[in-house]
Amino acid sequence: MKNDFRARNHPAYWAFVVHRASGLLLTLFLPAHFWALGQAMGGEVQFDSFLRWTQEPFVKVAETGLVLMLAAHMAGGMRLLMLEFMAWRDWQKSLLAVAAGASLAAGLVFLLNVV
Amino acid sequence: MSEILRVSVWRGEEAGGFQEFEVPRLESQTVLDVVTYIQRSLDSTLSYRYACRVGMCGSCAMTVNGKARWTCRTHVAKVADHGRVEIAPLTNLPVIKDLVTDMSEFFDKWSKARGRFQGTQTRADDFVRVSPESPKRKQVDEAIECIGCGVCYSSCDVVSWNPDYLGPAALNRAWTLFNDVRDVDQKARLTAVAGDAGCHACHTHMNCTERCPKQLSPTAGIAGLKRAILAAALKGEL
Repeated sequence: MKNDFRARNHPAYWAFVVHRASGLLLTLFLPAHFWALGQAMGGEVQFDSFLRWTQEPFVKVAETGLVLMLAAHMAGGMRLLMLEFMAWRDWQKSLLAVAAGASLAAGLVFLLNVV
Repeated sequence: MSEILRVSVWRGEEAGGFQEFEVPRLESQTVLDVVTYIQRSLDSTLSYRYACRVGMCGSCAMTVNGKARWTCRTHVAKVADHGRVEIAPLTNLPVIKDLVTDMSEFFDKWSKARGRFQGTQTRADDFVRVSPESPKRKQVDEAIECIGCGVCYSSCDVVSWNPDYLGPAALNRAWTLFNDVRDVDQKARLTAVAGDAGCHACHTHMNCTERCPKQLSPTAGIAGLKRAILAAALKGEL
């Protein structure tokens, strides 16, 4: 017999899901990022027009999501490295809360600066 | 507290199904009490496993409302959901019948992880003195209380994905022996737990740490083994 969602519904498992999902989505974003940089190759006018498009509110909201994912993936990765390389035991859930808080704070700072 | 508890109990083998029972609700009733009531008063063909009833032997673990638990020390009041409880055998282990699983592979993996103490002393030698305050002994203390119930093994996703994975309990055992200063089998033990099915396969979901009824953290032991293997590899010992 196999486990279902009920066995997995706890903070550390959610941290795993966020880390995995953000990693996959960031990987998918990477080609789009390179494509955006590639716009500079088409000349100043084309690139400026692209940069103006990035000022649209919906692009900014999407960017906030991107920052959130980056922050969550980095904080989650730091948490894993600390868990594996430092002799901590009972701090694991606190570490998780700190990682989640830091990610949300990073997303919020970006959102407040740009909107 | 309602008078009647509605209980779904797994019957048959892997391809079985849930059977419904109604059990009188009692004060301070444990899930093991419920299963015992069903077996003694409602259906004597129900198979389940238990021994000590006080959280020492590790034989009564089952899946209760989707989570692996020691049933003798799980109060119904803690787990009942609107007067209902679902009781199934442990996951990740072959079902023999009803609530009984075959735990052979679980214990075989303790052997594969070199979970046996290997010393050099004989009965003619004096006791080895190990200070309770020494860092290694403290590491042992934090992991030694495992009762071998299989809750961590059943909760582990990596065991579901890779049936060869040694699992949290066997690796926790290897970790306690790794920190035993009397043991002389360390190189073989680290080699045994360093393979594809060893500690490096852990995805740090921490299901084991979340569910361990003794509040141990196999995740901490597994992380310790990873560090020990890295250190040994860097020194050229592995």
